[in-house]
Amino acid sequence: MKLTGAEIFIESLKKEGVEYLFGIPGGAIIDLHDALYRQDDIKFILTRHEQAAVHMADGYARATGKPGVVLVTSGPGATNTITGLATAYMDSVPIIVFTGQVPTPLIGNDAFQEADIVGMSRSCTKYNFLVKDVNELATTIKKAFHIATTGRPGPVLIDFPKDVQVAKAEFKYPETIHIRGYNPTYHGNPKQIRKVVKAIASAKKPLLYVGGGAIISGAHEEIYKLAKKLQIPVFTTLMGIGAFPEDDELSLGMAGMHGTYRANMAIQYCDLLISIGARFDDRVTGKVSDFAPYAKIVHIDIDPTSISKNIKVDYPLVGDAKLVLQEMLPLFDQYSSVDWKEVRKPWLEQIEKWKNEHKLAYDMQTDEIKPQYVIEKLAKLTRDEDPIISTEVGQHQMWVAQFYTFKKPRRLLTSGGLGTMGYGFPAGIGAKFGFEDKPVYVIAGDGSFQMNEQELATIVAYNKAVKTIILNNGYLGMVRQWQQLFYGRRYANTNIEVQPDFVKLAESYGLKARRIRKKEEVEDALRELVAYKGPYLLDVIIAREENVYPMVPAGASLNNMLLT
Amino acid sequence: MKRIYSIIVENQAGVLSRIANLFSARGYNIESLSVAPINEEGLSRMTIVTEGNEQVLEQIGKQLNKLIDVIKVIQFGEEPFVEREMALIKMHTDMNTRAEVLRIVDIFRGKVVDVSHDSYTIEVTGDSDKIDAILSLLEPLGIKELARTGKVAMIREKKR
Ligand SMILES: Cc1ncc(C[n+]2csc(CCOP(=O)(O)OP(=O)(O)O)c2C)c(N)n1
Ligand SMILES: [Mg+2]
Repeated sequence: MKLTGAEIFIESLKKEGVEYLFGIPGGAIIDLHDALYRQDDIKFILTRHEQAAVHMADGYARATGKPGVVLVTSGPGATNTITGLATAYMDSVPIIVFTGQVPTPLIGNDAFQEADIVGMSRSCTKYNFLVKDVNELATTIKKAFHIATTGRPGPVLIDFPKDVQVAKAEFKYPETIHIRGYNPTYHGNPKQIRKVVKAIASAKKPLLYVGGGAIISGAHEEIYKLAKKLQIPVFTTLMGIGAFPEDDELSLGMAGMHGTYRANMAIQYCDLLISIGARFDDRVTGKVSDFAPYAKIVHIDIDPTSISKNIKVDYPLVGDAKLVLQEMLPLFDQYSSVDWKEVRKPWLEQIEKWKNEHKLAYDMQTDEIKPQYVIEKLAKLTRDEDPIISTEVGQHQMWVAQFYTFKKPRRLLTSGGLGTMGYGFPAGIGAKFGFEDKPVYVIAGDGSFQMNEQELATIVAYNKAVKTIILNNGYLGMVRQWQQLFYGRRYANTNIEVQPDFVKLAESYGLKARRIRKKEEVEDALRELVAYKGPYLLDVIIAREENVYPMVPAGASLNNMLLT
Repeated sequence: MKRIYSIIVENQAGVLSRIANLFSARGYNIESLSVAPINEEGLSRMTIVTEGNEQVLEQIGKQLNKLIDVIKVIQFGEEPFVEREMALIKMHTDMNTRAEVLRIVDIFRGKVVDVSHDSYTIEVTGDSDKIDAILSLLEPLGIKELARTGKVAMIREKKR
């Protein structure tokens, strides 16, 4: 029996196990929505902006590890997805975005609501397709899911013209797919693995550098084993947070521009830096020529283009982090007679010293609410419920990274690579769709929240108990901090005191909401927020000019930290 | 440092744009580029000449390999290879210059492929040095128009 393109679309998504589609309808995809209407397996989540739909799919994907799927119309619907695609591309998130397109005979004619989305999205997708023939639709969808979810994952876009949605073809979903130009390397080169094992075993001051790739590949257990077995201290990047338990004695927290003193110092004095699924981003390395000056560098990554891109690497190792570590771990058995605790003592003592020299801290002697205090309190109150925390971008994002103690992977959702304001709120909503019974907290800045606040409607419409905390400083705080420290306190265009009454705004959508201004209200308000059974928004008026410390000024080397 | 990349790609819409984008997004310049189908169905060969330091060239090679539409990347460097380029050169000619132009064309084993009362169109093939050499000799005699194909290249088979 022949099916229409729209029906093939739905049957293919079912084969891929898709539960949700996020998006907004329109003329160019009305046939797809009609087909969605006539079935119950796939639920369409109606958002209020296409950018937010992509961030929701992204949050769903980061939290669950499954691909997130988006459906939007042609033209403006399609162009609204660009920021979401670029965000997912930078952080290697598997999402598939379907865009409606004008009928194939009209493509290229500047038809109504036509946009060359394939051209526009080429540089912010892992791959993209224009489906011109309904007979190729099922295979194209199969390819899209395959490309998005394998190797180094990333967003894939399928442009789906209106006439292809109504044309008919025999439906046959391919079981497997082979793309001749696409063969990611998963297993490590055995010879290179042996070399790396030797290097690690003979290092005096080894240090593990764990990035987002470790979370994507699910390598956290192997990293834990390696660190524990050989007593190697571990720091993570922002994207790697959760890949190693932050309450472990070997954890140094996050490194880089707003990293901990001990992590940054450890980088500068280690003799072997073992990078797993990280890409030596400038926010981590600071001044490249001064980065890890005494260290040989091991770099394990599935993407060969990440290796030796910014920093010359001594031991490149291409492969999937989890597999490579699994292949590596048994080789350490040959050193079973070594007492690693004893061997590592001087190095770990040095790190302990750094730890005590400068801890993450803030001034507690005020009535004003310090943002760090809010995060610390939230961390305490939610310690046993294993929640997902989603952040926006700015100072609040860094305070979450510094003061929330993450112990598991896929618990922090944050736009690391692109730094997209407006990401966190919808991403948190997407995560909640993935995990009905896991608490989701969104930590937002007052500026970022306004970039996708319209999604308050979405959480009410689907009754998602997303809990939002706005750390409200009336500033585009992170930019203001730079202006204060490096631009003579000239606060150009960073004051955002003119803003909605977030409590009334939330209430107008039907949420429960509250505002607090004093330190002694924090605990009570957080308890209420945690216990509440529906969506909730807490507007926290914080110390306006609080800064994020430590801070390595952009382009400076890691040991030049501003500490207060 | 110059490098020639010979790339086997899927012959489909968007491939050229992906490759061009790979260079432009990183601020690398393409010095010459040629594309044409090869004998295997659905595939084309692109030959790209570019310049950069060792690190840039290594990164370009990896980035090309990473593209899903790219089946194979051959970098020309150490191993012996043949490279050829073709040029069409239209010359202003008159009584005084015709003989000289013909003599030069002859020396370079070129061909005159079109003639009018005041012009010759010349075809010449060779490595880039040869093309550069004939051009420098023809230049003073009045070049009207020039089209070069860009390089194509292949590894030399081992002889024994
Ligand atoms: C879409 C977008 N526009 C601009 C920026 C630049 N930017 C980075 S942080 C920031 C301020 C964010 O303000 P807010 O959300 O209130 O967070 P705060 O730093 O005050 O905690 C800005 C404007 C950005 N990251 N993203
Ligand atoms: Mg703010």
